Amino acid sequence: MGFFLFPFDSLICILLGISFTVWFTLLLVFIIVPAIFGVSLGIRKLYMKTLLKIFKWATLRIERGAKEKNHLLYKPYTNGIIAKEPMSLEEEIKEIRGSGSSKDLSSPEFEMSDIFYFCRKGVESIMDDEVTKRFSPEELESWNLLTRSNYNFQHISLRLTVLWGLGLLIRYCFLLPLRVTLAFTGVGLLVVGTTMVGILPNGRFKNFLSEKVHLMCYRICVRALTAIITYHDSENKPKNGGICVANHTSPIDVIILASDGCYAMVGQVHGGLMGIIQRSMVKACPHIWFERSEVKDRNLVAKRLSDHVEDKTKLPILIFPEGTCINNTSVMMFKKGSFEIGTTMYPVAIKYDPRFGDAFWNSSKFGMVSYLLRMMSSWAIVCSVWYLPPVTREEGEDAVQFANRVKSAIARQGGLVDLLWDGGLKREKVKGTFKEEQQKLYSKMLVGNPEDRSRS
Amino acid sequence: MGCNASTLAKIHNVDELILETGFSSSHICHLYNRFHSLDKDDKGLLNRGDFQNISELAVNPLGDRIINNFFPDGVDLIDFNSFARTLARFRPVEESLKKEPDSPEPINSRANKLKFAFQLYDQDKDGKISNNELLQVLRLMLGVQVTEEQLDNITDRTIQEADLDGDNAISFEEFKKVRAKLSGHFLASSCLTSDWDLGWGYGVASL
Repeated sequence: MGFFLFPFDSLICILLGISFTVWFTLLLVFIIVPAIFGVSLGIRKLYMKTLLKIFKWATLRIERGAKEKNHLLYKPYTNGIIAKEPMSLEEEIKEIRGSGSSKDLSSPEFEMSDIFYFCRKGVESIMDDEVTKRFSPEELESWNLLTRSNYNFQHISLRLTVLWGLGLLIRYCFLLPLRVTLAFTGVGLLVVGTTMVGILPNGRFKNFLSEKVHLMCYRICVRALTAIITYHDSENKPKNGGICVANHTSPIDVIILASDGCYAMVGQVHGGLMGIIQRSMVKACPHIWFERSEVKDRNLVAKRLSDHVEDKTKLPILIFPEGTCINNTSVMMFKKGSFEIGTTMYPVAIKYDPRFGDAFWNSSKFGMVSYLLRMMSSWAIVCSVWYLPPVTREEGEDAVQFANRVKSAIARQGGLVDLLWDGGLKREKVKGTFKEEQQKLYSKMLVGNPEDRSRS
Repeated sequence: MGCNASTLAKIHNVDELILETGFSSSHICHLYNRFHSLDKDDKGLLNRGDFQNISELAVNPLGDRIINNFFPDGVDLIDFNSFARTLARFRPVEESLKKEPDSPEPINSRANKLKFAFQLYDQDKDGKISNNELLQVLRLMLGVQVTEEQLDNITDRTIQEADLDGDNAISFEEFKKVRAKLSGHFLASSCLTSDWDLGWGYGVASL
């Protein structure tokens, strides 16, 4: 058998060599060179428009097919399974009482039926609650030819299945290797570039070079993910001596923001590849990396952050106050630590378009590597970034109120739901002190405020 | 995930369940997906801890008791069918349904809804709400916001009014009479209507 392959061997080698060269040249010309100069050829936008047209067609086909076969279509609900207006505790209890009470409606005394209010609220939260659904990927209205986000995929038509198969082929055999190559190039250049810049003495030239190297490598990484980003209001971009806060959906957020501006990163020291990247980055410009033990010491953390912002030659710090990845439909509680430092905050809202690929990192389900592979085998990452006007803490406002104000601004801009719940609920249970709030509301209704209590 | 024939096939005795609970098949699908999103360890069953993970339930003063109502005596794990059956009690009552004289009582009848609430009070399951049991519930709902004296007063007054046979406790019959005029609307907790089948989740409040 070996004899047959001999004449073909060299032919195959030559063919492979040529195609590899051609491929790499194309890569260089169309992707890497524009990335270095920060220029866009518009290829990605065209790609995005084409994809959208295909998705629309696919969804229509599914709907038509489902109707023909009388299947049930699972449509994600926008307002939940519970269909009524939210009312305050007092209003609801009055309503419950009012229908069956034989007493005067205005008398604020206990009635046995009051229990129905809590009972109803409890059962409703069992059926659907605001928090649990923030930690699983957002549900889509139309299908984007990825089975991982499709709930209705059955064999509807041959054309659709062929299209899906074709999509699979393109994604895994063409896009994925392309992206992986780019990713390695980007990261490699980052490590090499920053180490080389680190050799120079500190000064303006070094800062200038380090900025260029960082931007270039992040842009290559952005193309490695085929991320199509629209930046709004760039006049509000963070400046030195400030802190940039943004909502957190995935580790990619860092790449998205850092490809448009230079930031000082904050994070824990890692080992392995991440550690190498961190060590070389810090040679070129000061980032803030904490040892695992230092992370617990809040004062130490606060001190290092404030030292950094006081030095106006250092870059703005990038922080994600939610502390964990949320699925980009809402913004959860901001941790107040970074808001206590007392410098200008630059809020940034990041909203991903879920039609092209789900960027949410469910760290309890996927590790980093499988997450990145999923990212690189989706169609694209499309997102919008809004730079909001800088804010500072006002007189008489404490850190928590300040944090909530910034959070609302980000939620409003990004079209996300503003929640008071803590993102830590992904892994932990809620604190018992919140129960007191409910009890306070109810008792206020029954016995009034302590000041104007008139009956015993 | 999703709502198609394969999801329904995963549910044990699904046709029987649909008949018993009165849910439509898309409602059952939705509840099934909800069941699985609560079941974080993928056991196929839920324990009390899974319920307590729901943040909004954990801050409900009666949260633990509501959870207990899902678990019959001595049982610590429930499967999807009993989950759906308990929730079925809160479906809105179809007032227009004609009832045959000796058909079994539908699962979402007014009486069953009242029974659920009665069980929240009656922890020792003796069929009566004693003074002590009422006091405990009030304490849960009010916490430390009111004094012991006020709690005692409220309890005594309520029992006096509701207790008709003078045994200083409220039986289920007396409880029903107190809420005699309460319509099914206010007892139904979620308005799962037939509009759901069309995919428009925001249905009309039903009566």
